[in-house]
Amino acid sequence: MLAEQPLFQVKNLATLHGGAGFDFSLHPHEVLAISGPSGSGKSLLLRALADLDKHQGQVFLNGQSQATFKPADWRRKIVLVAAESAWWNSVVADHFQELPAEQTLSELGFSTDVFRWPVDRLSSGERQRLGLLRALVLKPTVLLLDEPTANLDENNTLKIEKLLQKYLRNHTAVAIWVSHDSAQRKRLNSKELTLT
Amino acid sequence: MNIISLSAFDLGLAAMLVILLSVLTWWLKIGNTRSLLIAGLRTAVQLLLLGHVLRLVFSAGQWYWVAAIMAVMLLVAGYEVNARQHRPFSGWWGYGMGTLSMFASSFSILLVALLLLVQPKPWYQAQYAIPLLGMLLGNSMTGIALSLDRLTESAWKQRKEIEARLMLGHDWNDAISNIRIEALRSGLMPIINAMAAAGIVSLPGMMTGQILAGTSPIEASKYQILIMFLITAASGLGSVIAVQAGARRLFDDRERLTLSRLKSRD
Repeated sequence: MLAEQPLFQVKNLATLHGGAGFDFSLHPHEVLAISGPSGSGKSLLLRALADLDKHQGQVFLNGQSQATFKPADWRRKIVLVAAESAWWNSVVADHFQELPAEQTLSELGFSTDVFRWPVDRLSSGERQRLGLLRALVLKPTVLLLDEPTANLDENNTLKIEKLLQKYLRNHTAVAIWVSHDSAQRKRLNSKELTLT
Repeated sequence: MNIISLSAFDLGLAAMLVILLSVLTWWLKIGNTRSLLIAGLRTAVQLLLLGHVLRLVFSAGQWYWVAAIMAVMLLVAGYEVNARQHRPFSGWWGYGMGTLSMFASSFSILLVALLLLVQPKPWYQAQYAIPLLGMLLGNSMTGIALSLDRLTESAWKQRKEIEARLMLGHDWNDAISNIRIEALRSGLMPIINAMAAAGIVSLPGMMTGQILAGTSPIEASKYQILIMFLITAASGLGSVIAVQAGARRLFDDRERLTLSRLKSRD
């Protein structure tokens, strides 16, 4: 049987960081784990993939080039979850296109009350988990995760991993996951890319 | 007209007051004695010069003189808008955005005023056209400068919030909507305050002038109301155009937030 066309493909991508171009491709349900020291261009790679920075080379979703998408349509399918989430309204609910299922919330230790909370009240760990949830409700095809568990304790880290793995299992989707934690990368059972 | 003409002695005496004030600032070591004196001198020279230029233009009555003076007024106002920005757009955009939005708003409102409302004969008569434009430009200049400054400053400070919205698939227009509203609000603030305070807290300058020149207070107040509405329209329209153009300019063709298009005056 012929190999399927990759879901997400990157050809000779050069980011603002400079250096050699990136080439990789991902098939449905796969994870690419990215590691490397600070300043090695991990976040800039994710920003280029989300088309938030100027870049060279080509990126394809289902064989269709980035340039053929309207920018906002591309970013709704290729969603970047930044290391530090930013919030522009005062109440949590105003940042969600739709509210996630109650079960998903309780898996992460939230009740539906959380949507009425003022953003100021959130701890950094809560911000990080809710920042991920507001991205997941968009049902992205490619999740770009910039250290999604950096502010979390071990218990919450495992919950997030489980949630993301379940998402990837149940959707035609892939994730590109920046992680400093080698044990985590092992748990994700992923392809690896190390930046230097 | 029963206006009392001012003599050189009158002006000299008034100038003495400014000179006395400058002595006071020197004695108190406030440190702006020099700029106070220079500004006073500029006022005297610029206004006398303007008086003479306007006298010539009024008596010549040619449309091209009126047009030339208007062009100078517009270009200076455009320069002022740009000079008041903390983070202006770089290149020609900085100057062009303010100037063009002022041109679009002030001149369209001026045409409404001359052709439909005041209707002098001929319609471009300098005695009406130039003071009207001056008031429209002066006020829309303030509104546009404030709203553009607020737009670029807030975009700079809230870049993370803007990008967070882009990352969630909002288009550029949505991603900057909060900031655009803030910017427009701050551009409209001075004129709303001026309208609310008119006649109670302040006696507006034009009405004061007309009353001093012997116009009946009723006529003067009607003119002032007309002018207030016109400058509100010009100021608001100009701010809307400038903020819309400025907001778009903050994003490139792929709707990426492009703050490198601003320069900082830190």
